[in-house]
Parts: sequence; structure tokens; C-alpha cells
Amino acid sequence: MMTAQAMTPRKDAGIRFDAVGKFFGTHKVLDGITLDVPKAMTTCLIGPSGSGKSTLLRCANLLERPQEGAIFVDGTEITDSKVDLDKLRTRIGMVFQHFNLFSHLSVMDNVTLALRKVHGMKRDEAEAVAFRELEAVGLKGFERRRPSALSGGQQQRVAIARALAMKPEVMLFDEATSALDPELVKGILEVMRDLARSGITMLVVTHEMRFAREVAGQVVFMDQGKIVEQGSPDRMFDAPESPRLRYFLDQVL
Amino acid sequence: MSIGLERIQETFFDPVILWHSLETLVVIGLPNTILLSVLASLIGMAFGLLIATGLMASTVFVRFPCRVYVDILRGLPHILTIYLIGQGLPLAGLSIFGRDTYSYAALAIGLIEGAYMAEIFRAGLQSVERGQIEAARTLGMSSAQAFFYIMLPQGVRRVLPPLTGQFILVIKGTSLVFLLGLTVSQREIFSIAQDTAINSANLSPLTAAGLLYLALTVPMTYGVNAWERRMRMGSRSAR
Ligand SMILES: Nc1ncnc2c1ncn2[C@@H]1O[C@H](COP(=O)(O)OP(=O)(O)OP(=O)(O)O)[C@@H](O)[C@H]1O
Ligand SMILES: [Mg+2]
Repeated sequence: MMTAQAMTPRKDAGIRFDAVGKFFGTHKVLDGITLDVPKAMTTCLIGPSGSGKSTLLRCANLLERPQEGAIFVDGTEITDSKVDLDKLRTRIGMVFQHFNLFSHLSVMDNVTLALRKVHGMKRDEAEAVAFRELEAVGLKGFERRRPSALSGGQQQRVAIARALAMKPEVMLFDEATSALDPELVKGILEVMRDLARSGITMLVVTHEMRFAREVAGQVVFMDQGKIVEQGSPDRMFDAPESPRLRYFLDQVL
Repeated sequence: MSIGLERIQETFFDPVILWHSLETLVVIGLPNTILLSVLASLIGMAFGLLIATGLMASTVFVRFPCRVYVDILRGLPHILTIYLIGQGLPLAGLSIFGRDTYSYAALAIGLIEGAYMAEIFRAGLQSVERGQIEAARTLGMSSAQAFFYIMLPQGVRRVLPPLTGQFILVIKGTSLVFLLGLTVSQREIFSIAQDTAINSANLSPLTAAGLLYLALTVPMTYGVNAWERRMRMGSRSAR
């Protein structure tokens, strides 16, 4: 599905969370999170609603800033106040549950805007990149459409192409299929699976346990702001150790 | 009974005076009213957008003065503000426009409109989903870039109908500048009507002015309403 050309040139980086703590007011949403997200591998974050999965993901590109601990991307501490956030974020792509496409722009401009304004590409150069990325997610011929004229699945493909066009070293997915009609979920999971196989580092929050099992190199179970258990997908799903993970899997499987 | 009716007709609807005053109203008053409204609205939009971003600023030191500006200019009677700025500035030695009353009038109304338009712009800018701003930031755009390329174009587009509605209020508001004393060729609709009414000891010129204002404002009001309805329907089917 994804063309090799659109996927290859990418230097991979890992993420390390070191004793990360995050409060919203007095509510401690992340509590001493220490986690390695290895390079060139997919890590799936699972856990009940409100356990802090999205917040942890959003800390990885500092959409949320933790009050405790440190976060490293490719060995560089990003929680250091001297880090150029805008530059850092070009290395970390993010896909949201609700797509968050720029609704006043065409599909093409959604993908090229940051290439032009952040990477300083010329329009034709940026459009060449966008054509490749859009084709890779199966959206050839949709370039002139407005997001509102696309299905949810197509909108999410645009969002993925938009993120990948920046050639990130890491991709973050926050429940990328949760807002989609059931029949559209499979297609997006396929795109994500192909992407995972391309060898990019991925951190994926998902409720799709089958996807986690097939694609993840590591599964992390969170509950109440803490990592309760982590391991290989087979171990996590076949032999969960903690009662909380067992209970959670009982609920979702 | 019929005498009463006749007097009413003579006082407000004297056909000769009506027709006569309408000519000056259309030739001199109408262009001046429109020019003044457009100028004031442009000033108002520039100020409004600036103040709107100030109202959304994260620091109190920016937010507070902007809030005070909006509260004061929306809280004062327009006639008072126009008088204070239009007469006051030159009196206080701040003759930035020399003796051109017209410019002071445009500035005064523009400053007032800035306060109203600031609230309109702010509502529009804040209606842009935070997710889109976050998406822009995750792509490496600075907050200024996200503002200019994502928030501003969508926010402004969404408030075009209410802004046009505000323009209708400006058209009516320009009638207040008569009190600054305009030169003969600068008079807008109301000043001309008032002068002619005094000279002819008859109120028909004011009726003519009223008709002219209605000819401007009523179609625009309906246009804006239809526009808003279409935008609402468009956004519903789009989502
Ligand atoms: N901006 C915020 N302000 C205050 N509290 C917040 C904010 N964002 C999240 N929270 C709270 O933090 C906790 C964790 O939220 P988070 O969105 O990370 O959970 P989640 O695991 O992603 O849940 P879900 O599966 O429902 O998406 C929740 O209790 C939530 O209410
Ligand atoms: Mg979440």
C-alpha cells in the first residue's frame, strides 16, 4: 500500500521518559512514569479511560509540559527549557483522534503548509512531496478537496500524510481510529501497520487490541497515571501478571 | 380630522421639499455617509483585530488594558465619545488631522467600533478548534504562524456576517458626527437633512433621510441574515 519512496529516508529516534510527573491542578495525572520507547519499533499504550495515556503521549512533544522528571528524544533532553520546541516538533509527527485537519485549506495545502512555512520549501517542491505522501496513504486524486468533503477515514489519511510529509523520526498516534465508523477502521490500521513495518519509531495509544498484538514490539499498560505492567504483546495478552491488566483485558477482549 | 391628516402630510411628507432635499442627500450626503462608514469600519477592524488578540493574550498586562478599552468604549454613549475625541483632541492640542473634522469623526467612530469588533473577532478566533492549533504546533509551526495561517483566516471568515451587521450599525452611527460641525461639502445624510429641515421649517428632509437610511440598512440586514443562515447550513452539512 505505501510506496517505498515515500517511506524510506528517515533517521529513527527513541523516546525516554524518566520519572515523569504531571499535574492538572492538584490532580496527579502522570505519576513517576519511566519508560523507554525503543527506536524503530512500535510501542502500544493501553489502559482504561482517564489513565493518562493521551497526557503521556502529549508530553512526548511537549503539547503538555510535565512538572516532574525529564523526557529525552534521541538522547536529547527535550524538557530542558533551552530546547527549540518548534524545531523539535518537526521531528515528531502526531495524529489525533479527531484528525484536526485545517478546515479552510485543501487536502494539498493541509499537507504542504508546514513544508512551506516551516521547512521553507517552494510550493512545487512541497507539492511533489505531498503528492507522494498522499498517494502512499491511498488518496491520489483527492488533492483539491476540502476536508469537509472527505469521509472520516480519508480525513485521517490526510492527517497521516500531513505528519509524514515532515519526515519525522517518531510518530505519535492518539486513538487514531476511535472516531471512525467501524468499516473505516481497518483501512487506517493497515496504513499504520505498513508504517510500523517501514521501521519508524511509533508510540500508539489504542483500544485496538488485535492491532497491538500484531504490530507492537512492546505493550505498556497504564492505570491511574502509572505504568502497571509492560512487556511483549504475547506475554501481556496471554499471561498478564497484574490483576488490573487481567481485569482490563477481560473488559475489552 | 382631515385637517390633522393634512398637517401631518405637510410636515413630514411635503412632496416638493422631499424631492428637492433628496437630490442633495443622494449626491452629497450618501457618498459622505458611505465613505465615513467605510473609513470608520476599516479603523474599527484594524483596532478590533488588535484588541481581540490582546483579549486572548496569556499575560494579564496585555489582556487587562484591552478589556478596559472594550468596557469603556462600549459603556460610554457614542455621542459622548465622538464629542470627546472629535472636539477634544484638537482642543487639547492634539490636532493630528489638522482642522479636518471628517478625520476626527472617522477616528472617533473607528475607535468605538474597534471595541465592538474586538468582541466579534475574539468570538470568531476562539471558535477555531484548539485541535487545529495543536496540529499546527505539532508540525513545527510557531504560535505566531499557527495564528496567522490557521486561526486568523478561519476566525475572520466565520465572523464576516456579524461584521457586516456591525457595519450597518456604523452607517446609522455616522449620523452623530453632525455635532462636530462639518463643512458644506462634507456633510453626511443626517447633517444635510437637519440643515435643510431648519432652513425650510419643515421635517420632510428628515423623512427623506430616513428613507435613504432604510434603503441602505434594510436590504443589508436581510442579506446578512441570509448569509448567516447559509453559513450555518453549510457548516452543518460539512461536518
Ligand atoms: N487539560 C486538562 N485539564 C485538566 N484535566 C485534564 C486535562 N487533560 C486531561 N485531564 C485529566 O487527566 C486524566 C488523564 O487524561 P487522559 O486524557 O490522559 O486519559 P486517557 O488515558 O487518554 O483517557 P481516554 O482513553 O479516555 O482518552 C483524566 O482524569 C482527565 O480528566
Ligand atoms: Mg485519550
